Amino acid sequence: MDYEKLGLKVGLEVHQELATKHKMFCACPPELFRDDPEYTFIRRLRPSQSELGEVDPAALFEFMRGRTMIYEANRATSCLVEMDEEPPGELNPEALDTCLTLALMTGSQPVDEVHVMRKIVVDGSNTTGFQRTCITSLGGSVEVGGKTYRLQHIGLEEDAARKIADEGEVSRYRIDRLGIPLMEVATAPDIHSPTEAEEVALAIGWIMRATGRVRRGLGTIRQDVNISIVGGALTEIKGVQELNLVSKVVEYEVQRQVKLIELVSELKRRGVRESDLEEAFIDVSDLFSDTQSRIIKGALRRGGRVLAVRLPGFAGVIGAELYPNRRLGTEMADCARYGGGVRGLFHTDELPAHDISEGEVRALKENVGASDQDAVVIVADDAQKSRRALEAVIERAAEALKGVPAETRSANPDGTTYFTRPRPGAARMYPETDVVSVVITQERLRRLEASLPEMPEARLERFKADYGLNEKLARQAIDSDYVRLFEEMVRADEADPTLLAVTLTETLKSLERDGVQTANLGDDSIRGVFRLIRAGNTAKESIPPLLIWLSSHPGGTADDALQELGLAMLSKEELGMLVEAKVSENREMVERMGVKALGPLMGMIMAEVRGRVRAEDVQALLREALASRARG
Amino acid sequence: MGEDSLHDYRGGLRKALIDVGADIGDHMRVESRGRVYEGTLMPRLESEDDRHIVLKLRNGYNIGVYFDEGTRIERLGQAEKPEFRPPPLPETQEGLPRVSIISTGGTIASRVDYTTGGVHAAISSRDLLSIVPELSDHAIVDADILYSVFSENIESDHWSGMARKAEEKIQEGAQGVVITHGTDTMGYSSAALSFALRSLPVPVIFVGSQRSSDRPSSDAATNLVGVVTAAATAPFAEVVLGMHETTSDTSIVFHRGTKVRKCHTSARYAFQSVNSSPLARLVDGEIEMIAEDYRRRGEGALEVMDGFEEKVALLKFHPGLRPELIDVLVDDGYRGVILEGTGLGHVSEGLNESIRRAIEEDVILYMTSQCIWGRVDMDVYTTGRELQMIGVEPLGDMLPETAFVKLKWALGNSEDIDGARELMRRNIAGEYTDRTLYTGEFG
Ligand SMILES: [Zn+2]
Repeated sequence: MDYEKLGLKVGLEVHQELATKHKMFCACPPELFRDDPEYTFIRRLRPSQSELGEVDPAALFEFMRGRTMIYEANRATSCLVEMDEEPPGELNPEALDTCLTLALMTGSQPVDEVHVMRKIVVDGSNTTGFQRTCITSLGGSVEVGGKTYRLQHIGLEEDAARKIADEGEVSRYRIDRLGIPLMEVATAPDIHSPTEAEEVALAIGWIMRATGRVRRGLGTIRQDVNISIVGGALTEIKGVQELNLVSKVVEYEVQRQVKLIELVSELKRRGVRESDLEEAFIDVSDLFSDTQSRIIKGALRRGGRVLAVRLPGFAGVIGAELYPNRRLGTEMADCARYGGGVRGLFHTDELPAHDISEGEVRALKENVGASDQDAVVIVADDAQKSRRALEAVIERAAEALKGVPAETRSANPDGTTYFTRPRPGAARMYPETDVVSVVITQERLRRLEASLPEMPEARLERFKADYGLNEKLARQAIDSDYVRLFEEMVRADEADPTLLAVTLTETLKSLERDGVQTANLGDDSIRGVFRLIRAGNTAKESIPPLLIWLSSHPGGTADDALQELGLAMLSKEELGMLVEAKVSENREMVERMGVKALGPLMGMIMAEVRGRVRAEDVQALLREALASRARG
Repeated sequence: MGEDSLHDYRGGLRKALIDVGADIGDHMRVESRGRVYEGTLMPRLESEDDRHIVLKLRNGYNIGVYFDEGTRIERLGQAEKPEFRPPPLPETQEGLPRVSIISTGGTIASRVDYTTGGVHAAISSRDLLSIVPELSDHAIVDADILYSVFSENIESDHWSGMARKAEEKIQEGAQGVVITHGTDTMGYSSAALSFALRSLPVPVIFVGSQRSSDRPSSDAATNLVGVVTAAATAPFAEVVLGMHETTSDTSIVFHRGTKVRKCHTSARYAFQSVNSSPLARLVDGEIEMIAEDYRRRGEGALEVMDGFEEKVALLKFHPGLRPELIDVLVDDGYRGVILEGTGLGHVSEGLNESIRRAIEEDVILYMTSQCIWGRVDMDVYTTGRELQMIGVEPLGDMLPETAFVKLKWALGNSEDIDGARELMRRNIAGEYTDRTLYTGEFG
């Protein structure tokens, strides 16, 4: 694809959870819980009026869906603030400092006074029905690959509750994550290709981590990607969880928009007009009285109806692939699901299939008076729901005549997306009057300026120059949770920089993959292990077994581990005896090979006592023993 | 926006805004410390300083822009005036019971008001009806604004006003009355009307909200729908208070007006029945009676006794309380004092002399307990017995707040002290219960 010709514009919103001591508006720790909830509660949300008196369309839309929320909670991770039973406290100064630090690092201009807003979100992910959010600085830029990308703003908002399940019209959320501070960086739409999008996302993520206040792990960083092409529309794609998925998401969305624009010309060529789309829903339940389709049978048995609508001139269009495995029909099904709360729909571009017979399709087309040019969409569910679903289908068909609908979509793990809701209007924000505004003083900025973290690129150069690390290792070390420990230990000459960097990155990562609880390793454990190596009490080969032992024995020391595992260095005498014994055992080989027996003997001894000897010592002793034997 | 929408912009900043003819909602350009901002002028809160201009940026966010002598303010144009446009009212369904909603203010009928940054009464109950159209599924609703008062500013004159308005509505044929009220003193008002409305033929239900109606999670609509349903169909004819039973939106509970207390500063379930069970609850649109003994709908003809004596005090005893406090009340002509004593109903012996003098001067004193749960018993310890000998009467398991309201009412509707004393002893509206039941560790 020629992205330049398509006029691709991408803007990113990178959200990073902060590892502050407390959540954004209360004293709860920013942590999640794994066990069963201690209690649950049930709520509904209704759209509210903004100060302009308008009801937000997105809000109304969610309300029409009639959602009920079950919230799960425990006392360790949430309080009445997250339950929306107590007003929020002051804006967490530590989180604000982190945002201001990031602003100073990227040349973003801190605002003079921070005002917290309420952004209406009525999908239930916020118990209040809004997300508290604020802008902390405006403008700024990041440099990536010699290009400058402008920032629109840096902001701070509260993270939402975690969705656990959708059970029909009931959504289940866990409120532990609600209120964790999220630092947000929004770029201008200065990005013009999928690869660039990913590089910029990675660079922003790196600068955020350099503040030293970020949470780690899956889901702690999330991107929203705003994508548009000329003739298309601005699509907001929410919740891209992996930085390296960004390029795929952009690529697919461009494909999707290009194809949707093509479909407009196709429909125009066929002479389809919006006025041809009628909300004439025909009850075709009788046609399916003997159907083999389990979905339709089930719906009819539950007292539902099969409703059909004719889409004139849409034959072949609904089934046209937009991008891998997604069709206009998929998008209509998304709309039907959200508009009517139905499970899905069938359309004639995909039929006969799903146990719906050719005869049934023929009868269906006849019944609604569909020609070969027309498509028919059917929904089998409760009559009211089916009706609402088909209304949504007609609406989506009308959009297809115009092009790309402006909407909010969510990312799947493979980079494809699905419809979430229409793009919210401008009325979705109003002031959070429960939180006092914060004046950003010059003193505060001066204090932060004085202790500004190094920019990641500068730090990378320094790590390479000062510690002799190669590019890859230096990057890994900087990105590691242990970067501070690394610098402290290397500066105090407690460890060889390369060995320490490898241990703190690759070794720990590989242990983690093997299921070792490396999170249990405190600074003391790591310092202890390296002290043993520095003192010659064990060899570097012992590092993994020592760390494994320490991970499963919180409170144990490196010396304990050494004792327990028997990894202490052999004394000179012990090693001498071992060498003598091996040489005697293999007298025949020694006589045959002479000094050349050193290699095989070395291998045998090392296999037995790796980690407890220094290879140089073994080699020296062996050489001596073989030499004396040759002499003797 | 009103005449002086800028009123919380103060000092030089206010003058600078007036100089360029700026009004809230106008499109502005502000140059401050070398940077240029454009946005919509937003109101400022009175609690904020006079050094920042609040602008709503194009992305919808508000920020404060620093102002000093060097700041240049320019008015680019007049923006659309914010205007509240309520959706159309739903159609009434003939044949449903008639319910009157009387609004007195409070967060059940409010929107964000930028003058204080808090929540103010700003819309009528009628607006609520248009926002909560499902009300019309349960009743033919009419709505009146009686007051627009913060609940902490409600006084006994307002109680009389509410009683008279309820009477008027019942006389006009209302089959239930709903009074919307700020939650802070709603318990006092519900007690007051419990005493004032005698021989009540229909339910009178107080309702409020703990989360303002400007937010999607507000309990206002759920509470309102619940109490209107109950006002239309419940079998009881008492003054009750209906609010969330728990933190969930699933049930509305009805507390007897004399036994209810706001026990939490902020939670939806703040109201609790003390020393008694609630009267009823509403789940899935159905009334479920909890109490067996209650006044039935349709019995009797309404009589209103809405006098309330002004000179009554509620005095909470605490260690070190000086007797002069009682002397001051007596000297000021107070006619009754409810003591909120410790434990079973005690105050320091150091107060005895002042109490004796008060009683000699025809001030009546009653004892309640600051424990909230349980009943007073002044026969167990010497202190209690002495106080009784001086003339302080115990009020059983009556809530101190209810006792305060009742004493105002008793004095306000009696010829003399003896008449008031007689009313105080009688169980008028369920304020006394005979048995204290175990209801769990609290509540
Ligand atoms: Zn909390």
